Amino acid sequence: MPSHDILHMELNFPSDHIALSTKNLEVIYADGARAVKGISLSIPKKATTAIIGPSGCGKSTALRAFNRMNELIPGTVTKGEVLFHSRNIYAPSIDPVTVRTNIGMVFQKPNPFPKSIYENIAWAARIHGHKGNCDELVESCLRKAALWDEVKDKLRRSAMSLSGGQQQRLCIARTLALTPEVILMDEPTSALDPLSTASIEELTSELKKDYTIIIVTHNLQQAGRISDMTAFMLLGDLIEYAPTKKLFVNPEDERTERYITGRFG
Amino acid sequence: MSEESSGLLRRRRRKNSLFTVLLAIPVIIVVFILGHMLGKIFINGVKALNLDFFTKAQKPFGEPGGGIANAIIGSVIVVLLATVISLPIAVLVALYLAENPEKRIAKTLLVVVNALQGLPSIIIGIVIYSWMVVPMKSFSALAGGVALSFIMIPLLTTTIREIFVLVPGSYREAALSLGVPRWRTTVGVILPAALPGILNSTGLGIARIAGETAPLLFTAFGSPYISTALGKPISTLPLIIYEYIKSPYDDWHQKAWGAALLLVCFVLLITVPMNLRKDRSKG
Repeated sequence: MPSHDILHMELNFPSDHIALSTKNLEVIYADGARAVKGISLSIPKKATTAIIGPSGCGKSTALRAFNRMNELIPGTVTKGEVLFHSRNIYAPSIDPVTVRTNIGMVFQKPNPFPKSIYENIAWAARIHGHKGNCDELVESCLRKAALWDEVKDKLRRSAMSLSGGQQQRLCIARTLALTPEVILMDEPTSALDPLSTASIEELTSELKKDYTIIIVTHNLQQAGRISDMTAFMLLGDLIEYAPTKKLFVNPEDERTERYITGRFG
Repeated sequence: MSEESSGLLRRRRRKNSLFTVLLAIPVIIVVFILGHMLGKIFINGVKALNLDFFTKAQKPFGEPGGGIANAIIGSVIVVLLATVISLPIAVLVALYLAENPEKRIAKTLLVVVNALQGLPSIIIGIVIYSWMVVPMKSFSALAGGVALSFIMIPLLTTTIREIFVLVPGSYREAALSLGVPRWRTTVGVILPAALPGILNSTGLGIARIAGETAPLLFTAFGSPYISTALGKPISTLPLIIYEYIKSPYDDWHQKAWGAALLLVCFVLLITVPMNLRKDRSKG
């Protein structure tokens, strides 16, 4: 388990342990609201980093800035840098498509395409140039997402026939098909029942062996259970960023302590 | 206290039954009118039905016998023509309107489309007459199809636009997060998701234009012969109803009722299952 190492890791990781880092990242919406007010942090490779904070603190916006998803909202301005392989993903020379194939995303509500289970995985892979037979790709992605055994006999059935938890795992499998390095998860279990939530949590701890996971969550216990690092955000500012155990047991900032002990938020 | 509340309860019950009765009255009126209309058409129309009615063209004035095959074939051709013209245009315009709601052109376009929908259909007939019939020096099935498409395009555009708007934004978001280009998202996800709705709207659009008469009066014009030529005048069910019901012959009156029955059956056949399906998909 890499989490043991990370526990003893200082916040300035060696650069080859960093998957993604931000410098003064700022996101301003069309109405002038500064949702993210200049945050700087480094996300360690092959580990799970949780972003926590009360509703409206900018955690989802920050997450969506990591693969340029905020561009879908007209009028949104992003300032500062998001460095991935030491290049700013907002540099004019960078194609957002490349960014998004390397940094995948799983959303709050499971959103499989209204296609077959098989096509949900194969479609985008084919668009990105996957040639020939996708059977192996589909099987390996479904296995990695711990969904294969449940769906192997009904790959041609509509993804909409799956349960919410299965749909969410399918969305994770769909992301894996593009072989990303980083997977962003925006409250991936908030629309799921406890059992499905447990299966997704189990899956993330399995996936972090090969991928870097950044998860936004409302659920403090969840952050405590599955993450190695935790970032606490409040009103668009990054208040504290530390190894999860330290942040939960011995927070440095008083506001972090108040939040994790449930005194506000 | 309890007496007071039971009095309140009684008053409420009285008001409740009063309103139930008030609402039942218009329902009964509407059902009665509709039922009476359909009954009248059925009783009068069914007498006209026989094999000749469906297979023979109309006979000249005064001659007994014949059928309305020319009008049935004509209706199919003109309506099909209008659908083939309208559907691609409506889908593309609707897609543009749904995908670019903020753009100024889109907003203007939406106003224009809505205005076209309110245009009296006789005016569309006159316009197409001057645009097509006069230069081509002939009434034609083609002019009739184009005239009907002027009614169908705005109708389909508004309904199909709503269907595109209803396609969950989460599909677009998912495709974007997978680095799929926008046009591939549209073709691969949005269109297939909207397809059942598009077919539904098209069916309702067909039912609507199948009964249009005014735009055809000086475009398709009508013809007593069975014709499939797009460049020649052609008859349709509404045109033959119009022509026959004005005539002084009982036989023709009966045929007009027969044609009316056919038209009503066709429209109900399309709209009733589709309305049922709409309800089910909502539930």
